[in-house]
Amino acid sequence: MALPLKYNIRNIVVRKGSTLATAFTIGLTVAVYLMVMALARGIDLTLSSSGDPLNMIVLREGSTAELNSSVTRENFNDLMYLDGVEREGDKPLATAELITLIYKPRKGMSQGSNVTVRGVGSMSFKLRSGFQTVAGRLFQPGMTEAVVSKRIAERFQGLDIGDRFRIQTTDYTVVGLFDSAGKAFESEIWVDSNSLQSTTKRDGYSSVLMRVKDQNALTALSKRITDDPKLHLKAVSERVFYEDQQGTASGALKALAVFISFIMAVGAGFAGMNTMYAAVARRTKEIGTLRVLGFSRFSILASFLLESVAIALIGAVIGILLALPLNFISTGTSNWVTFSEIAFNFRVTADLMLFALLFGGIIGLVGSLLPSIRASRFKIVDALRA
Amino acid sequence: MSEPIVRVRNVTKRFVRDGFEVIALDQVDLELYEGDFLALMGPSGSGKSTLLNLLAGIDRVTEGEVEVMGTQLTRMSESQLATWRNAHIGYIFQTFNLVPVLTAFENVELPLLLTKLSKAERRRNVETALDLVGLSDRMHHQPKQLSGGQEQRVAIARAIVTDPDLILADEPTGNLDARSGEEIMQILSTLNHELNKTIMLVTHDPHAASFAAEQRHLEKGVLTEVKEFAARQHVTV
Repeated sequence: MALPLKYNIRNIVVRKGSTLATAFTIGLTVAVYLMVMALARGIDLTLSSSGDPLNMIVLREGSTAELNSSVTRENFNDLMYLDGVEREGDKPLATAELITLIYKPRKGMSQGSNVTVRGVGSMSFKLRSGFQTVAGRLFQPGMTEAVVSKRIAERFQGLDIGDRFRIQTTDYTVVGLFDSAGKAFESEIWVDSNSLQSTTKRDGYSSVLMRVKDQNALTALSKRITDDPKLHLKAVSERVFYEDQQGTASGALKALAVFISFIMAVGAGFAGMNTMYAAVARRTKEIGTLRVLGFSRFSILASFLLESVAIALIGAVIGILLALPLNFISTGTSNWVTFSEIAFNFRVTADLMLFALLFGGIIGLVGSLLPSIRASRFKIVDALRA
Repeated sequence: MSEPIVRVRNVTKRFVRDGFEVIALDQVDLELYEGDFLALMGPSGSGKSTLLNLLAGIDRVTEGEVEVMGTQLTRMSESQLATWRNAHIGYIFQTFNLVPVLTAFENVELPLLLTKLSKAERRRNVETALDLVGLSDRMHHQPKQLSGGQEQRVAIARAIVTDPDLILADEPTGNLDARSGEEIMQILSTLNHELNKTIMLVTHDPHAASFAAEQRHLEKGVLTEVKEFAARQHVTV
């Protein structure tokens, strides 16, 4: 049987000063890890919730984003009457959209970022669930008017209702704000696709979005479009399209989280090691006594490891409490697939918190390994003389 | 005559200190029988504590054999020794060595945590041991709330709570005032006389030694005279 837990708990309480200092070091490490991971998780959740399972997006063969894709008017006319495309009355649920970027300065900063402008048709609103005008009104078809996502209006200069902004040589007027339940297009400006075509002097579109009848139709249609040698197009489900962006968009952040927190963890591990070496030194005689009473080397080892893990878990909880207030704070970054702003919330999710606890515990375990082994290997007679 | 509880045969213990070889014990022979109370005397560095530690299985001989309760300690591994010590040895330290963060009750309970006793049985044994040393009313005090004499009584309760076959006491009165020391020796004497416990005591103090039934001297690692004592004169019943 191991040493009783109360032995460790009381030892932790007795030296609460050094316990808290060590716990706080580990807490900071866990907090930094959680904060960066919460950013990455925010991007992931935004992108993964953006696709509708029955929507199919068609791009030019070889394109990874709408920005470097083009689909002709003829293509669009062919595509929307294909078998398997859902209809509303006699109209196919399909829309062709045009994408361009404008550079806007952020509020309170001289630097700015690219913002995606999406030229949409009337069907776009039906195909993209969650779209909702929250202020002002929708643009009039054929006019140089725009609706701006609320988050983008909050973060960039000159995009509030009544403001005018320029796309190439044409001024557009903001007439409304929208939100879309946290989806990726909540980082966009929407204008009429015909207006955008004449502004950008482009005849075709960037992509086609279609609603299909069911999952089988999606598989069949996407194969048919992708395999057709005349079309030079590829079709994927909208969900897969956004999920593919996730890795690139949040991958660098995740790597950053791992890199920074690894370096900090090494520091925190040494702090933990120091605390436990001090504890072992202070309790050397006690360790000798416990061995005389019959406690094995292993139970001494386990006891010190457990104590250190307990301190580290207190630290991890401190770290989680530090990171939690970030939850749902809105921010934005560049999506490295679309080269434009993507707005999202920090998301400190339950699994991230659980992992943060585990991370803290591992720092405690690894940091205390050497001092605990030392404690368990004392010669009893030497320990008693300490 | 029955088999001895302790049989030390031709034991030599050498170690190196500051580059010089020190002979702590030189071909020592010793036997203890059930109910014996031996006081081992001698100047500092004479090897008294070393002999005690060899009997407790917390140090190893250089040559010779140590047999306690029929078990050859020289051939046992560290973990076998730990289990064996828990079952057969009660050890009393000069500096009490109580765990400061645990109460008197919890300190006494420690060695029982390694046994298969239930929680209720452990409680009963701990209460009996503390009662025997007269500390039933201090059960939930921490060591820092106790006097030196009381701490040593808790340590004795911890040493006897497993009902060991052999009690080893290393200068148990060395850190106590005369009165507390007297109380401690009375308790050890009672354990020997009334419960027939086998005790080996290491001490400098001739008065403490006078409580034992038998005295032996160690001088430079060599066991010398045997001095029988009429120890019973100290017993208070």
